[in-house]
Amino acid sequence: MDANVQLDAIAEAAAVPLDQLDIADPRRFADDTIWPFFARLRREAPVHYCADSPYGPYWSLTRYQDILATEIDHASFSSDTSLGGIQIEDQPKALARPSFIRMDPPKHDEQRKVVSPIVAPANLARMETTIRERAGKIIDELPRGEIFDWVDRVSIELTIQMLATLFDYPFENRRQLTYWSDVAVCNVNDPTSPVHSEEERFAELKNMAAAMSKLWNERVNAPPQHDLISMLAHGESTRNMQPNEFMGTLALLIVGGNDTTRNSISGGLHALSQNPDEYRKLRENPALIPNMVSEIIRWQTPVAHMRRTATVDTEIGGKTIRAGEKVVMWYVSGNRDETMIPDADRFIIDRKRPRQHLSFGFGIHRCVGNRLAEMQLRIVWEEILARLPQIEVVSEPERVLSNFLRGIKRMDVRIPA
Amino acid sequence: MPKITYIEHDGTEHPMEVPVGLTVMQGAVDNSVPGIDADCGGACACATCHVYVDPEWLGKTGTPNEQEASMLSFAAVTESNSRLSCQIEVTSELDGLIVRMPEGQH
Repeated sequence: MDANVQLDAIAEAAAVPLDQLDIADPRRFADDTIWPFFARLRREAPVHYCADSPYGPYWSLTRYQDILATEIDHASFSSDTSLGGIQIEDQPKALARPSFIRMDPPKHDEQRKVVSPIVAPANLARMETTIRERAGKIIDELPRGEIFDWVDRVSIELTIQMLATLFDYPFENRRQLTYWSDVAVCNVNDPTSPVHSEEERFAELKNMAAAMSKLWNERVNAPPQHDLISMLAHGESTRNMQPNEFMGTLALLIVGGNDTTRNSISGGLHALSQNPDEYRKLRENPALIPNMVSEIIRWQTPVAHMRRTATVDTEIGGKTIRAGEKVVMWYVSGNRDETMIPDADRFIIDRKRPRQHLSFGFGIHRCVGNRLAEMQLRIVWEEILARLPQIEVVSEPERVLSNFLRGIKRMDVRIPA
Repeated sequence: MPKITYIEHDGTEHPMEVPVGLTVMQGAVDNSVPGIDADCGGACACATCHVYVDPEWLGKTGTPNEQEASMLSFAAVTESNSRLSCQIEVTSELDGLIVRMPEGQH
């Protein structure tokens, strides 16, 4: 990381008038200079109002407890797509793609329960062997003594293989799922994104829906199977979804089912490479892996924020939030809140209470696949430690231009020959 | 001090003495009983402290409120005696309570 860029950010964070701070500027997420800005908000304005931004006016919550309290109160803070949904940036109304993450009870509850059994404990136990075999093969096939992109060869490959299995999607075409995942969440203003307007995004997701419809039509008339498409096709509250809801639901499951774990695999390796003492601790004691997995998920915070819309006038931290106003819960900041997490700015693989983090969200929208994510991370690290004494990260990670997903596009590494 | 017996899914028993005023969840976490994660720290916001209350004790532990019932409905493999242990306060009445753990937490 460029030390001068970081020093400039610290100076700017200290100098910017609070009423002019737009914490959502995606450039600060892409160059990883967002931290001093969040630290100042947590300290001086934990419930902060930004009157003017490319996303309109919005409130920011940056402390752990305020975020937790808001998550629990889903009656006062709605996720519904008609009010704006769950991202700081509203989906254009005509192109809105509802899904259960963008719904309130009761419909949210009904649809979520259709798919959640796929990650029930008994199913996870069945997946473990498959994931382990795949992880081992992926690692064994990595080149030795030459530079390659860890994101592409490991993080994407392992998670997209899992996703293809969850959807029972044709395995050889699994990278289509990666593409649609990137389409669904990318920042259309980023020149390197696969699509460059909301219309283009919608058109590509329509292609995704068409491909999935074929599988749906085969499975809706067959006996129920344990894959997501079959479960949706047979679920009482999901079998008659409108086209936009179908698109939204698939996009949710695709993104939730790979992108977040992908970025935690990449981010975890980066964190270890930056903290060689922790990497040494890990090699000396692989039993720390489960603890480390939670720490990686806190450290990476693959979903930087979730947004809600107030349905009634409410008070948080002495500030009055009016009905209709946009409230952004910055998980990425709450996860660095020193009042809840000691030494929050340090990556400590054997920290106490490592599961105490906001990365999965809390309340009724808590991540459905959290246990599968943890299991994939645990297994990939068990297999790495069993096979590779060393992995050198040789470039700074290339980060995604996004204030929503904390993604790593590319990270060059070398395994000594 | 009331005695509470936590039984892991594999049958391992952990008899513990838990001070009055703590929750059943805290009694497990403070004594490092495995199988109760309590990720949210007792805010009834995650359903990772799910237990099955021994049927004989249901009358004394009470029933879930609306928020608990809502969170419980997203936990894996719930039964009619499912509770979030962070919502059960330890009283002298609960001396002898038995709770069992699910196969996995949410």
